[in-house]
Amino acid sequence: MISDDSDSQASNSTPKPSPEPGLESAPPAADGEAPPDYLLEANGITKTFGDFTANDDVSLRLRKGEIHALLGENGAGKSTLVKIIYGSLQPDAGSLHWRGKQVRVPSPAVARDLGIGMVFQHFSLFDALTVVENIALVMTGRFDPESLSGRIEQVSAQYGLSLDPFARVADLSVGERQRIEIVRCLLQSPSLLIMDEPTSVLTPQEADRLFITLRQLAAGGCAVLYISHRLEEVKALCHRATVLRHGQVVAQVDARRETAASLARLMVGSDVHRITGGTGSPLEETMIAVRDLDLPANGPFGISLHRISLAVRAGEVVAIAGVAGNGQSELFEALSGERLVKHNEAIALAGTDCGIDGISARRRLGAAFVPEERLGHSAAPTFTLAENMLLTRHGCDSEMVARGGFVDQRYAQRISERVMQRFDVRSGGHLNPPAGALSGGNLQKFVIGRELDRQPKAIVINQPTWGVDAGAAALIRQALIDMARAGAAVLAISQDLDEIFAIADKVAVISRGELSALLPIGDVDRERIGLLMAGEHETRPFDAPGTIDKTNDVNDMKKGSERDAAHP
Amino acid sequence: MRLILEKRPERSRWMPFLSPLLAIGLTLVVGGILFAARGLDPLHALYVYFVEPVTTWWSIEELIVKTAPLVLIGVGLAICFKANIWNIGAEGQLTAGAIAGAAIPILLPGWESPMVLPLMILCGIAGGIAWAAIPAFFRHRFGASEILTSLMLVYVALYLLDWLVRGPWRDPHGYNFPHSVSFESWQLLPTLGDGRVHAGALIALLVVFTLFIMMSKTLKGFEIRISGEAPKASGFGGFSRPRTLWFCFILAGGLAGLAGICEVAGPIGQLQPSISPGYGFTAIIVAFLGRLNPVGVLLAGIALGISYLGGEAAQIELTGVSDKTARVFQGMLLFFILACDTLILYRLRWIGTGLATTTPKRGQA
Repeated sequence: MISDDSDSQASNSTPKPSPEPGLESAPPAADGEAPPDYLLEANGITKTFGDFTANDDVSLRLRKGEIHALLGENGAGKSTLVKIIYGSLQPDAGSLHWRGKQVRVPSPAVARDLGIGMVFQHFSLFDALTVVENIALVMTGRFDPESLSGRIEQVSAQYGLSLDPFARVADLSVGERQRIEIVRCLLQSPSLLIMDEPTSVLTPQEADRLFITLRQLAAGGCAVLYISHRLEEVKALCHRATVLRHGQVVAQVDARRETAASLARLMVGSDVHRITGGTGSPLEETMIAVRDLDLPANGPFGISLHRISLAVRAGEVVAIAGVAGNGQSELFEALSGERLVKHNEAIALAGTDCGIDGISARRRLGAAFVPEERLGHSAAPTFTLAENMLLTRHGCDSEMVARGGFVDQRYAQRISERVMQRFDVRSGGHLNPPAGALSGGNLQKFVIGRELDRQPKAIVINQPTWGVDAGAAALIRQALIDMARAGAAVLAISQDLDEIFAIADKVAVISRGELSALLPIGDVDRERIGLLMAGEHETRPFDAPGTIDKTNDVNDMKKGSERDAAHP
Repeated sequence: MRLILEKRPERSRWMPFLSPLLAIGLTLVVGGILFAARGLDPLHALYVYFVEPVTTWWSIEELIVKTAPLVLIGVGLAICFKANIWNIGAEGQLTAGAIAGAAIPILLPGWESPMVLPLMILCGIAGGIAWAAIPAFFRHRFGASEILTSLMLVYVALYLLDWLVRGPWRDPHGYNFPHSVSFESWQLLPTLGDGRVHAGALIALLVVFTLFIMMSKTLKGFEIRISGEAPKASGFGGFSRPRTLWFCFILAGGLAGLAGICEVAGPIGQLQPSISPGYGFTAIIVAFLGRLNPVGVLLAGIALGISYLGGEAAQIELTGVSDKTARVFQGMLLFFILACDTLILYRLRWIGTGLATTTPKRGQA
């Protein structure tokens, strides 16, 4: 059974499933009391892929109304376990019990019928359809967008998830897309909601709002299986935690009694590396310069950029904070050259104006870029790592492509292996796997390593540690700081305030396509950033596209900062 | 017991190669059933259709003649499809190439020079490119679906050819039959030996080899593959989507035009209302059966070539079999190959009745 039955769970190791689930829906009391009615029991789940054991005799028990954290580094087997529970994978051995009865879950449809809902880290939405159409697609029964939109508005109001049912998905931010997935699950009134790294795309305020939603759900009797690497929030939100390492359960603990450090130790198996760096002493030379950049919106719900100015000097890390969907992607695309701008002098990299030059020309100037979306943007999932190496290096590394356009595949492979080794990219022993086979954290280490390996003079990176585990995030942040200390300019666009405070020398905030002034990190606190996120610095009137409800955000921001003050 | 289709944990390694074989097998089985329904002995009919054509040297030569245009067009289409560009108007591009190439012998019948044939071939390629450039332009400039525009242009080209051979380009000494003058020896492709196999077959082999190298070894091939597979990543890599669009249309159009001029300056020897038994459409099947890989296309071209020959043989030897049978077999093959490709990402599994009772019914929860 569970490898650590001697733990606090010992007295519960012989469950007594009852046909009638208990009615008390309050969060369960401390462990070791009367045997609870388990909503879901997974016993001895084992799953292997080839010679790799993703889950090795894993057991997990969930009670009604419980928020249960599933912790583990990338590749520890969390996703495999929840995919088995949700029916998208079948276990090689082991059994699932739902409300005390043994069940087989051959497909997600069966899981949904049982009352299991799941919000994936990678969303499955059709970009071309509206919110209500996307939701209608998975609802059983008649296709009736009219009445469905009413229900969507009702559920989103009830749980504080503001959502316009008739917005087109393509025009929504990642945070808004997540809300669609959550609302989609909630409409089916699930008894168990599985959330895969939900806060990796949210601001502290949005995350707080999500926690309120989740607590509200749990109070109503719904169990939540919460997958995360963020230990502070697990501690704040979850009742119990199951920790996986290398496919095995290493501990089952009362999350409220642990510290972030003790959880991290369980997860990683050793102490997590602390980021070091101190404040930088920037050099004179400006490596990334943006001057009065205007960029029209791309599509009816896109964000237009308005008079953005910014300068990043060699040797410093500048962060851009902001709520998802406020022009971060647009700014990134303008900087990378995926979208060209009208005035050549609006953007200068390494001292050369390049607003009308494409991305390859900008790379040749010594700039490097890492977009937000790993699969499909930074890397092509079905292509091997060596081919993905070629993707961003063919135009700026003369050894990659020989005369006549012939690719030096061995050279690409060699560089790829060097990056994998330097940045600790784990691929289960394969030397050149397809990019899609890597876990999120390992792929992110690869795509960042691919750029840092070129020793760029300037790097622009959008959401450096989006959905990445603690170990990989620490490594990535340290690498960015080291890069700056070695004389490069680093511009990190991030929604993660912890990350910004850990790595940045200066910070600016983007809101509705306008950027605040650059502020030294020592001069700002969360509240100040929060006010800027809500658009304090904006000059354009409210009816411009991309209006957000400011009053709410400001209030939430204050609540957030109060909470921070209370629990430093 | 019921059969379900479930997603494989990862892409199957063998199905991409097994799927075409499975599709061919299923086509033969269903074809046999169709023959049996017509009251024919299915085994004999299949023998006449698929085996007999490769038993004599004469028919093997004929097979090469049929395979060459299929392969030439098929490799171009394979590269288009790889880039997620759906050019299905190769029949029109073939016709435009044939018209453009044939203009020289028809309009300048007396010009005898070693320059004539190379110039005809170049004009043929240019004709195919010009015809393919129309859907490429509409796609690039207005975002119009190339599936519709390229397909519709097929009929424009076919009617243009029809009008030319019945009107201005009709042979004045041809007793009013709708065809052009017959080409002279210097206007025809050299044949290999004394048979009907002409230089077009060698050109096709050369093209297959070149494009195989391009797709597997060069940056251009990488650009095309990634542009179809992950367009956003391709843009991030610095590759331009419009450039890929134009490149693929020009390449496929040029090759279809080349196939067209090779037909009229090869086995046909003149312009006539019908110069192709649907090579441009059959090449779509060739591209998919060949796994969008130039070498695979060569093998698939041979398989589809047999279906044309078998169709002709079956008409003669089997009673009650129409010349449309070849189309039926080709259609079935495309149908089965697309169906079998599902098995690359999915697998079939029987679910026993024993556990079915624990599977909840809809709405129970």
